[in-house]
Amino acid sequence: MISSVLVANRGEIARRVFATCRKLDLATVAVFSEVDAGSAHARDGDATVHVPSYLEGAALIDAARRAGADAIHPGYGFLAENAAFARAVLDAGLIWVGPSPEAIEAMGNKIAAKKLMAAAGVPVLDDVDPDAVVALPVIIKAAAGGGGRGMRIVRDMRELRQQVESARAEAASAFGDPTVFCEPYLEGCRHIEIQVLADQYGNVWTLGERECSIQRRHQKVIEETPSPLVERYPEMRERLFDAARAAASAIGYVNAGTVEFLADEQGRFFFLEMNTRLQVEHPATEAVTGVDLVRWQLRIADGVGLDAVAPPPSGHAIEVRLYAEDPARGWQPQSGTVHRLDVPGITAEFAPTRGLRLDAGVVAGSTVGTHYDPMLAKIVAWAPTRVEAAATLANALARAKLHGPRTNRDLLVRVLRHPAFLAGRTDTAFLDHHDVSAPLAADVNLAALAAALADAAANQARAHVRVPPGWRNVPSQLHRKRYDGIDVDYRITRAGLEGPPGVRLLTATPEDVVLEVDGVQRHFEIATYPEMVCVDSPLGAVTLVPIGRFRDAGPPVPAGSLLAPMPGTVVRIAVKRGDVVQHGQPLLWLEAMKMEHVIAAPHPGVVAELRVDAGQQVDVGTLLAVIAEEDA
Amino acid sequence: MTALASTVDTRSAVFAANRDAMLAKLSEIESEHAKAVAGGGPDYTARHHRRGKLLARERIELLVDPDSPFLELSPLAAWGSDFTVGASVVTGIGVVEGVECVIVANDPTVRGGTSNPWTLRKTLRANDIALQNRLPLIGLVESGGADLPTQKEIFIPGGRLFRDLTRLSAAGIPTVAVVFGNSTAGGAYLPGMSDHVVMIRERSKVFLGGPPLVKMATGEESDDESLGGAEMHARVSGLADYLAADEPDAIRLARRIVTRLNWRKLGPAPGPADDPRYDEEELLGIVPPDLRTPFDPRDVIARVVDGSDFDEFKPRYGASLVTGWARVHGYPIGILANSQGVLFSGESQKATQFIQLANQSDTPLLFLHNTTGYMVGAQYEQGGIIKHGAMMINAVSNSGVPHISILMGASYGAGHYGMCGRAYDPRFLFTWPSAKSAVMGPAQLAGVLSIVARAAAEARGAPYDEDADATMRAAVERQIEAESLPMFLSGRLYDDGVIDPRDTRTVVGLCLSAIHSAAVRGTTAYGVFRP
Repeated sequence: MISSVLVANRGEIARRVFATCRKLDLATVAVFSEVDAGSAHARDGDATVHVPSYLEGAALIDAARRAGADAIHPGYGFLAENAAFARAVLDAGLIWVGPSPEAIEAMGNKIAAKKLMAAAGVPVLDDVDPDAVVALPVIIKAAAGGGGRGMRIVRDMRELRQQVESARAEAASAFGDPTVFCEPYLEGCRHIEIQVLADQYGNVWTLGERECSIQRRHQKVIEETPSPLVERYPEMRERLFDAARAAASAIGYVNAGTVEFLADEQGRFFFLEMNTRLQVEHPATEAVTGVDLVRWQLRIADGVGLDAVAPPPSGHAIEVRLYAEDPARGWQPQSGTVHRLDVPGITAEFAPTRGLRLDAGVVAGSTVGTHYDPMLAKIVAWAPTRVEAAATLANALARAKLHGPRTNRDLLVRVLRHPAFLAGRTDTAFLDHHDVSAPLAADVNLAALAAALADAAANQARAHVRVPPGWRNVPSQLHRKRYDGIDVDYRITRAGLEGPPGVRLLTATPEDVVLEVDGVQRHFEIATYPEMVCVDSPLGAVTLVPIGRFRDAGPPVPAGSLLAPMPGTVVRIAVKRGDVVQHGQPLLWLEAMKMEHVIAAPHPGVVAELRVDAGQQVDVGTLLAVIAEEDA
Repeated sequence: MTALASTVDTRSAVFAANRDAMLAKLSEIESEHAKAVAGGGPDYTARHHRRGKLLARERIELLVDPDSPFLELSPLAAWGSDFTVGASVVTGIGVVEGVECVIVANDPTVRGGTSNPWTLRKTLRANDIALQNRLPLIGLVESGGADLPTQKEIFIPGGRLFRDLTRLSAAGIPTVAVVFGNSTAGGAYLPGMSDHVVMIRERSKVFLGGPPLVKMATGEESDDESLGGAEMHARVSGLADYLAADEPDAIRLARRIVTRLNWRKLGPAPGPADDPRYDEEELLGIVPPDLRTPFDPRDVIARVVDGSDFDEFKPRYGASLVTGWARVHGYPIGILANSQGVLFSGESQKATQFIQLANQSDTPLLFLHNTTGYMVGAQYEQGGIIKHGAMMINAVSNSGVPHISILMGASYGAGHYGMCGRAYDPRFLFTWPSAKSAVMGPAQLAGVLSIVARAAAEARGAPYDEDADATMRAAVERQIEAESLPMFLSGRLYDDGVIDPRDTRTVVGLCLSAIHSAAVRGTTAYGVFRP
């Protein structure tokens, strides 16, 4: 019997597993890496152990031993699908909350797994030898890969060779195995997956499907169940269930797993891979079935058998992944302090609910760094119908107070409100074909005005004498407050607000401002932090970066300087000081959040300075190199 | 809590008429203020901007804390003279990095920022305010020096400018000079005498003698930069403590200097403050346009003091002068306000006692003027009105607590003195547009002249020319009326500015806060009282 569980993971999934453990009266052990010291998940555990990395199996097992844990839950990612780790856990006499190492291995190599599945009668796409591609488009995948990492779509034969090579290099560095393979790429397909639960006695539940077609960079952003596509074809669900059951049975699978398929609009589907672990998007299934999947994971690991019949699903659930990223700038990961993360109407955290669920890896005060995935939280809405679930979720997101790094919130809301999404037209190219990049707030200037007036009220409250803000007996000009991209010119006089035409100031405090625009009252809530001002209103949330009145007197940046566009790690450097470089020539590669970013020469010249080494962590704005223009 | 009840009927025709008259006067004042703001006019302003320079008021706006108040002083200086309204300099009290400072900024769009006699008086007044109230002084310097045609009025008294700077420093009051452009010849001593000096690369020019003068004096060939450039002063002479890249950078440096003053106010901090119970807007309708009609100053007090809370002292004695205790923006004050215009012996004795009480409790005093002066007539002379008026003037003169005077209506004769007129060194003196101040009312003055002339004619046995008398009286009345009006008085620096009555609470609050930068101490030392 399990009595104490170590979660070999971090963030929301660690907190998620802890929540169920507490309900089952199990003790919990959290592990944390250096940068996660004091983070929300580390504080959540009954006992907390520092580990050098979430990838160091021996340290994790040692932590379990020292803290008295008798079971290890791997969460997802990190070592969740590492058979060697699973084996080491078992060898240490601990309970592994997951499938057998053999099952993990069977699905670990994508090429081998596909063969196995084909033999079991599961539909698969043909492999294409990367060196013998004849028909395009194809997708290149790493044999040992997962999570979308390193996948490349090739539509032009001239690019094939180079793409294959770079995929191999990335696979080698990321997974320690350079093997890649190609598959025909299905344009506009759907990602459908089946949640399975299997006990040690041969019972397999198929707990409905999830559709996860809305993706960016091959990574899921919105997941839902049931699938709008599957709903359209009456027998498709049963065929998917049969295939999933066959897949699980073929490898003697035990515990929670997910069988992933690609499906086309005609309802045909092909095996993609099996994830031998709990999925990020498992709460969607929990919402419609009421099943606590982690509870079953622990019970199955304890030898409990499944009931004969899986609980039937009802209603519709949609999950969104709230990321600290900038969709407008290539999904660039964002870092910084999360000052506030409040989603209105939450009915449960880390547990199934017929309402709104929040699984957050961060709390107010958490820091989002560059070391790990920038997902802040998952929010799941359940409703009797799909349209209602989408509306509930969109509304909660739109009104959420998210103060901190830039997020994909506005994009999520725009997707959830998009007619094509609401009509169930949700293929994997959704974000390529629909422009949902516009911010929700139509009038950023009004929000900036509210922020300026709140700041004026705050300055007034701090003043020696509480006279009207910016009072002048001889007025000569408007006051100016500057935010990144917006100047607000205003003055508060006895007669009211002067400056923006058509706007009246009704009340202003440091936190609340009410403006009247064309006779309509608009209420703004303002939160001020050292590096940002967050303005929340039903008109859309706006985050403003205040610009000081004076330039900081830092040293000037020399011409031709290349600054790190984001925080990350320098992975490779292709040049050395004194090299002559051409325009656009790659100089070095920065890795941030599973993506490699090329830093290229902005113009022909000589590498005058190279300020970083491979492996070095850099902050945004760090001077990487200086390319001096060559004299004619 | 002793809340005042308002006697103002805001729906009455009298209130409306008073208000209309006040608004008309205010709009005249505002158009004169606009002249000061316009400085040298659109052409010079545009030229100044084209050179990448900020206007005097733009420099001040950048210098003071965001959304902080700025109390401009003497904006109407030089009104009625040959010089531009405002006297080519902007002075005032602003908050820099949380520190209330006196700011003096030359307006280089007006005749190159040259100083005329009014510029000098306005600047000296600002220096006095800095010294009396212990306020750091920041000079935003860009001046072509003295206005040469009027040098006789400037050169000799102007030496005080430099003396003031070092006396401020000696008194522990920091002085900062930010040199935006020319500050040459005598002007070179502005940075020279300041504690902290910021100069701007390729902009500041500070030397005793320019290249032509040097050539004449010694034959040496030189240029502006080597004689007085910012780089030279920062690297070679050491006159500049900080070298700024441009104007905003210079202002940034000035703010950093103030931050590092580690300034602490010496006066007690204010308590909590409630707003008055009555709308300050109603202050427009209290003073009648004809100052012969009295008004109750409690209606003004009720709209100025915290919570309209006023504990009146000796309400039944000497009732023509209202005295009592209140707070403004949390600062305790004693108030003396004329009620029926005339000061009798009782009022004078009451005022004397009240001023002494304020000095015992270190409480600043606010004088609200509406007086026609001390009572005349045999009964009052025999009753000792001179002695009693003298007592009051003695108390006012020697009082150690800070005084603020507001001229609401009349401020005539020795009443102006007893109520702490300009010559009695109130820390601040502001005027409402409705105010008038002179030795006596225009009609009275003309009448006195007429009686004297008539008596002289009679003594000579000459016939008295009644037509000429009427003409003389009309002319004198016009002249005295014009010379007793706020703009005229403000132009001659007899006040610190004409304010909107609705701003009274704000202005008094800002003054009290500035005043409390220094310690607030009463005195026990007075001249000999004649009881």
